[in-house]
Amino acid sequence: MTPAPSRLAPLRRPPVWVATVVAVAVAAWVLFLADGTPAGAAVDDPGRFLVTVLDGITFAGLLFVAASGFTLIFGLMRTVNMAHGSLFLLAAYVAIRVQEAMVGRSRNLDPADVGVLDWLVPLLAGAGVAAVLGLLIQQVFLQWNEGQEMRQTLLTLAITVVLADQMLREFGGLAQRMVWPGGVTHFFSVLGERYAVTRIFMLAIAVLVGVLLWLWLNRTSVGMVIRAGVDDRQMVRGLGINIRRVFALTFLVGSFLAGVGGVLGASFAGAAPGTDGNWLLNALVVVIIGGLGSLKGAAAGSLLYGTVVAFSPAYLPAQYSYYAIIMTFGLLALVLAVRPNGLFGRPA
Amino acid sequence: MSTNDALLEVRDLRAGYGASLVLDGLSLRMGAESVAVVGRNGMGKTTLCDTLVGFLPASGGEIRLAGRRVDGLAPEKVALAGIAYVPQGRRLFPSLTVDEHLAMMARRARGRRWTPDAVYELFPRLAERRHHGGADLSGGEQQMLAVGRALLLNAPLVVMDEPSEGLAPTIVDVLVDVVGQLVAEGVAVLVVEQNLRAAVRLANRQLVMVSGRIEAEFTGDELLDRPELQRRYLGVGSAPASAGVAAGSRHEEGERT
Repeated sequence: MTPAPSRLAPLRRPPVWVATVVAVAVAAWVLFLADGTPAGAAVDDPGRFLVTVLDGITFAGLLFVAASGFTLIFGLMRTVNMAHGSLFLLAAYVAIRVQEAMVGRSRNLDPADVGVLDWLVPLLAGAGVAAVLGLLIQQVFLQWNEGQEMRQTLLTLAITVVLADQMLREFGGLAQRMVWPGGVTHFFSVLGERYAVTRIFMLAIAVLVGVLLWLWLNRTSVGMVIRAGVDDRQMVRGLGINIRRVFALTFLVGSFLAGVGGVLGASFAGAAPGTDGNWLLNALVVVIIGGLGSLKGAAAGSLLYGTVVAFSPAYLPAQYSYYAIIMTFGLLALVLAVRPNGLFGRPA
Repeated sequence: MSTNDALLEVRDLRAGYGASLVLDGLSLRMGAESVAVVGRNGMGKTTLCDTLVGFLPASGGEIRLAGRRVDGLAPEKVALAGIAYVPQGRRLFPSLTVDEHLAMMARRARGRRWTPDAVYELFPRLAERRHHGGADLSGGEQQMLAVGRALLLNAPLVVMDEPSEGLAPTIVDVLVDVVGQLVAEGVAVLVVEQNLRAAVRLANRQLVMVSGRIEAEFTGDELLDRPELQRRYLGVGSAPASAGVAAGSRHEEGERT
């Protein structure tokens, strides 16, 4: 069916035009005109420009890890898992404790004392705890409320509040930090700028997570069942497949990914009360931009969001860089104006 | 046929949505044969299918498959107990390719009569399109995939809801052949059809459904030659198939409403 051309058609186009004009204007600003900004116009200072690009991409890696589990759980189960941020923070705290125990010192760890295993084992421990707790939440609270999105959302929100208080009691209110392994805590030079290897390491882990997740969803029969379940849950059951077991597995993997994100986040920026809410919000923004339930969407949403987060403080005129956060929501509004279901989303 | 050797026995089945009862004391029984349920729109045909496969809970009565109660079971349990479903509108998975539709069911099918390879042999058209997405197929190919997917359950009973809907006559021929082959291999096929001509070709026994019950039964193509019965059971919306039209007619529009 092709809709008859109507006089309304031109009126439907503005979002695309607006988006194009805005994109061109932003590119021109960044490339040529951005004097008097913290980074400087790209033609004058390609080094700073490249650093900003790298900042965007590497931060996108962290966003992707945090959002992929969220989108996986939502896509299959139509559950907005509000506890995603709590699992993120809990994994971070657990990993920090395990790392301190392994290195044998608390506070002010010297990266030189931290081997790769002193980072990797805490990562797996933290993510493992998040995975088990996520599965527990799903088994105890959510599976009885299948298809009741509002109840599930409120339940997970309540769990968030409880977990936040318990974590405050157990881990205190001070910001803590996971320490990167000594092997990656140095810098390399690019176009005269120093850049941290840890950020590239973080990106590499995100790419690894993305590839493994893609292989799991596309090359295994469980992955096919999960994708089929996103399309039509009831029909999957009608083919003799126990979707409950698939739900449980998905929640386990999604929570594990939240945990991996938490440990990466704690190594990158630290963990403190409130980190849970921030990262729930980050994951939400990424999957809303990318389209709920789509892995491709999570990747695209992370890149876009990461780019905006890196570029707006660097390329807004210095006296306005305080308003960088508004750009994030501008991005959200723009994407939703052009594609109401997100970049790769399908109508529910 | 005694209770024990009926493959599917439905007794006094009641089901519906909320307070409205759509199936109102429906009973039927069948062996390893093909049976068609015909009836006008809104008589509860799809509700019958959904209730049989456990998508919709029965509020009364019982469904027995080879003597075993299957009403009240979850859909996946019903499927594993032996009822495969080819639903109305096919309900393929748009995210999956043809190959993936079959691959996701392949493990349980291994070593049985119907494997993905056997399905490709049955429908060579699907083999040519194995890497296409489920949504990119033509209507006929979609129906073949929906049937093939159901066959991988290797169930003794296949329930098909409006399989001929929207299909070209040549594809209906393919469907008729496949159902004939299944019955010859001992698989029972229950077809729900609004299209009387397709129903007559797909099944030797036709049960007429009116207001949630089976009201009459016909065999062969006797219903095709009885415009007055068609009017009575299939309603004014169905243009009577004129007496001269044979069962194998390629003319499709007939009794569609």
